[in-house]
Amino acid sequence: MGMTMAEKILARASGKEKLRPGEFVIAAIDLAMAHDGLGAVIRILGEAGIKKIWDPEKVVSLLDHSTPAPTVQAAEIHKMIENAVNDYNIKNFYGQRAGICHQVLPEKGWVLPGQLIVGTDSHTTTYGALGAAGTGIGFSEMAYVLTTGKLWFMVPETIKFTILGNLPTRVMSKDIILYIAGNYSTTVAQYKSVEFSGPVSDSFSLASRMAMSNMSVEIGAKFGFFSPDEKVVEYLRTRTEKEFDIINTDEDAEYEKEYKVDISTLEPQIAIPYAVDNVKPVSEVAGVRLNQAVLGGCTNGRLEDLKIAAEIMQSRKVKSHVRMLVVPASAEVYKEAIKEGIIYTLIDSGAVILNPSCGICYGSHMGLLASGESCIASINRNFKGRMGSPESRVYLASPATVAASAIEGMITDPREY
Amino acid sequence: MDIIKGKVWKFDDDVDTDAISPSGTTEVKKHVLEVINPHFPLEVKTGDIIVAGSNFGCGSSRETAPSLLKSLGISAIIAESFGRIFFRNAVAIGLPIITCPNVSNCFLDGNQLELDIDSAKVTNIDSGKTLDAQPLPYEMRDILYKGGIMPILKEIANINTAS
Repeated sequence: MGMTMAEKILARASGKEKLRPGEFVIAAIDLAMAHDGLGAVIRILGEAGIKKIWDPEKVVSLLDHSTPAPTVQAAEIHKMIENAVNDYNIKNFYGQRAGICHQVLPEKGWVLPGQLIVGTDSHTTTYGALGAAGTGIGFSEMAYVLTTGKLWFMVPETIKFTILGNLPTRVMSKDIILYIAGNYSTTVAQYKSVEFSGPVSDSFSLASRMAMSNMSVEIGAKFGFFSPDEKVVEYLRTRTEKEFDIINTDEDAEYEKEYKVDISTLEPQIAIPYAVDNVKPVSEVAGVRLNQAVLGGCTNGRLEDLKIAAEIMQSRKVKSHVRMLVVPASAEVYKEAIKEGIIYTLIDSGAVILNPSCGICYGSHMGLLASGESCIASINRNFKGRMGSPESRVYLASPATVAASAIEGMITDPREY
Repeated sequence: MDIIKGKVWKFDDDVDTDAISPSGTTEVKKHVLEVINPHFPLEVKTGDIIVAGSNFGCGSSRETAPSLLKSLGISAIIAESFGRIFFRNAVAIGLPIITCPNVSNCFLDGNQLELDIDSAKVTNIDSGKTLDAQPLPYEMRDILYKGGIMPILKEIANINTAS
């Protein structure tokens, strides 16, 4: 019997011929990513007395969470990290310039198909869009990885979502992953590896795949794969000279479960506070009055996301009672959006552009919500208090739905635009 | 590992890491789980135990979530299932954690609980009922028994210094 992508990558990384779900392995890490969380990791290494890290070449770091520093405390952490990357000889450090880790790492050619990648961020599953086994870990485990280059894994069961049908106009990959969360719950992939497949997912751009891989962790997944194809090879051609092997699931591999999702008649989807699986079609939620609309972030802050919003917002104005905030996922995305006139259109409509950062999405700084306020956002979580006051409400939606809703000042079906 | 005994704080399904470790607040320790149970951060005592439904600790990879619970004195967390990163993080910081089917139905707030990690048994001292939890894999138990990753790293640092 063959192996799934997760089984193959973990087998290769742990020097095993064959692995089955439930086995426990110690695997060699191909790449370790740490954002502002590196500060906590450095403190652990310091307390333990670890002076040298395993392989600085395999470590990539940047600052994206509390940037620019909103408090003196955050500034002190950044200062400590900037000193520590020198002390530990971590040369692949982008500081605050490049943007959000889950866009920057693929963009800079760090994420390769078949790799095992850990990051101090739950949305490290994003790298599955390029066929890499990316997963989030905590600070202590990252300290262990930086010391030894290894980490333990339980080989996960794999489940498959086959996406069938054609995606209707103004319906996006975000709507599919929200639909999956709503229909199958946020625990459908708990501890498991997910593979998305089918003709629609094959036709997706990498950005559309990344939105779904990113949110795989919201249905509990350890990894969220798309099969790496020519688009991935093409994307990486100008970004890296490193060689890589395309790893795919064997035809006779065993899935724990397979789901077929027909999206031919899928409506735009909305996740209602305060759970990612509390999902309804937009027609059932339309009309909810909004105070804020957030477009961007590591889930949906890529060029195609900003572009569809600009298409909808062209020659229209954001409703006067709504604050629309836009977070391009990276400096590269930001520059492209400037070149293509997208940023001009968004500002002209009344949007405010923020720097590429995670601040607003996790309620750290910039654009927090007051009590009683409602926000529609193209981000990945709508937990209570996620973006500010525990008495505020965050509705998750696609970039198209966010844009149309900002114009109307209430939740709106983007297919009307 | 010694038997752990303590008073139960009961939580439902899907307790997320934003609720456990909220962002954008100062003195975060005073706000742990406040959005779900405002009494918790004020009244939690050293030795208390959390019992929850499914998907406890879903969401972020922030290690502050289990660390804050540990620093408030929580001695163990038992749930029907966990967010996977939270589960790993708890082991990594040496906070006893175990998955136990049906645990939610067998405990009320304030019940006395006894946890035997070695044999994976969870007992409600008040009702006398004992449940079978899912034993931790040997490797994870090993990390937990050592007190988490910090002591392991210290050991490595000592070996490096000695050699």
